[in-house]
Amino acid sequence: MFSLHGYGPSILEGTFLTIAVALSSLLISMILGIIGALAKLSRSKILQIGAKTYTTIIRGIPDLVLMLLVFFGGQVFINEVAPLVGYDEYIDINPFIAGVCTIGFIFGAYMTETFRGGILAVPAGQLEAGRAYGMKPFQVFTRILMPQMVRHAIPGFGNNWLVMIKTTALVSIIGLDDMVRKAALAAGATRMPFTFYAVVAILFLVITSISVYILNRLESRYSAGVVKA
Amino acid sequence: MDFSIIFGNLDIYLEGLKNTAILVSISLMIGLTLAIPLAVLRTSRNYLVAAPIRAFVYFFRGTPLLIQIFLIYYGLGQFEVFKASVLWPLFKEAYFCALLAFTLNTAAYTTEIIRGAIEGTPHGEVEAAKAAGMSKMLMFRRIILPSAFRRALPAYSNEIIFMLHGSSLASVITIIDITGAARIVNSRFYSPFEAFLTAAVFYLCITFAIIWLVNKLEFRWYAHLRPQDTGTADGGV
Repeated sequence: MFSLHGYGPSILEGTFLTIAVALSSLLISMILGIIGALAKLSRSKILQIGAKTYTTIIRGIPDLVLMLLVFFGGQVFINEVAPLVGYDEYIDINPFIAGVCTIGFIFGAYMTETFRGGILAVPAGQLEAGRAYGMKPFQVFTRILMPQMVRHAIPGFGNNWLVMIKTTALVSIIGLDDMVRKAALAAGATRMPFTFYAVVAILFLVITSISVYILNRLESRYSAGVVKA
Repeated sequence: MDFSIIFGNLDIYLEGLKNTAILVSISLMIGLTLAIPLAVLRTSRNYLVAAPIRAFVYFFRGTPLLIQIFLIYYGLGQFEVFKASVLWPLFKEAYFCALLAFTLNTAAYTTEIIRGAIEGTPHGEVEAAKAAGMSKMLMFRRIILPSAFRRALPAYSNEIIFMLHGSSLASVITIIDITGAARIVNSRFYSPFEAFLTAAVFYLCITFAIIWLVNKLEFRWYAHLRPQDTGTADGGV
């Protein structure tokens, strides 16, 4: 049962793609999360409402539906818009880009909440003190807000990351050769679906376990100097 | 965009809505029923009791739901022994496999939620129950579980919504749930926006309905924590 019939390297290739999708989505979601959190905490009503709408709607719709919407809908949209700007050939939407953008966009909403909580956990007096020392807003952000916000945001951030890794399995549905799809192909060829899906399940457990280890290290690093009860 | 396609095919969506509702409600009910004893046993100090539950929770929380569905629906067919067994007619059905995967998945997540709530029981309450001479069974029934449920409700409401969203994966193994309906409409009319936006609206409405219901439930369950109108400014102390 534990012979992979030569499909080992192919699965491993898929594993790297899964990790690439997860890391690229993480980057997008973090950028969106920071923007969203700052918008939610800004004084502008319009920004607040915009960010609130974004997080509410995204968290109310399944990932798969959004991904299919972006993948199939994006295809139609691009091919309707392209001729208008004078491009006549048919454009195929890249499943990697569709997948990464969708996952990044979805988790941007979750990151917004995480970062917002982290920012709120930093005592306002410290930011005022920073300004009183004559720091520019950017300096207050990088020197005082960020280092402390990270500590409060890490547990939520870690949860989002672990959920996100598992969400990447969905990109196999829109035809990206991640490890789930590689396993499906191998399972079809060898008639050993259980073996290959079990291997992928174990690989997911390995990735999440390593992530948990790194996140714990990060948390203790950023909690240096914090007295625990 | 032409939403007349949707109105012409509303029956497919209603069929999908029915299947989504059945899948989600049944798996949540069985999952919760399984999770309560599992969570109680998980807090046991006996390693032989706690370890298998830990492994179960670790596996189902650490792997994607999609893989769990594939393992059950496609995977089990690999074993000739299993194919010859009396269970095979059940496991041949996509519907049963989806239901089983969802149930085990939500059971694992719920076990962890309730375990956290049980471990959050104030120590004094447990001591008081012991001092009053309650047996372990009685203590769980009267003291620990009722307050644990109250503490678990916010996290459990998230789990309900995750399960609703996770149920969209049933469409991958040919079941016509809401997402499945959208995929049919999309492939029939090549109208992805109309098809998937309609599905999104269905899910949004269900999500909001769940949040509304949970808020009502919270209002009832936390009644004793609400500021009470005692008629006097000092609260009658």
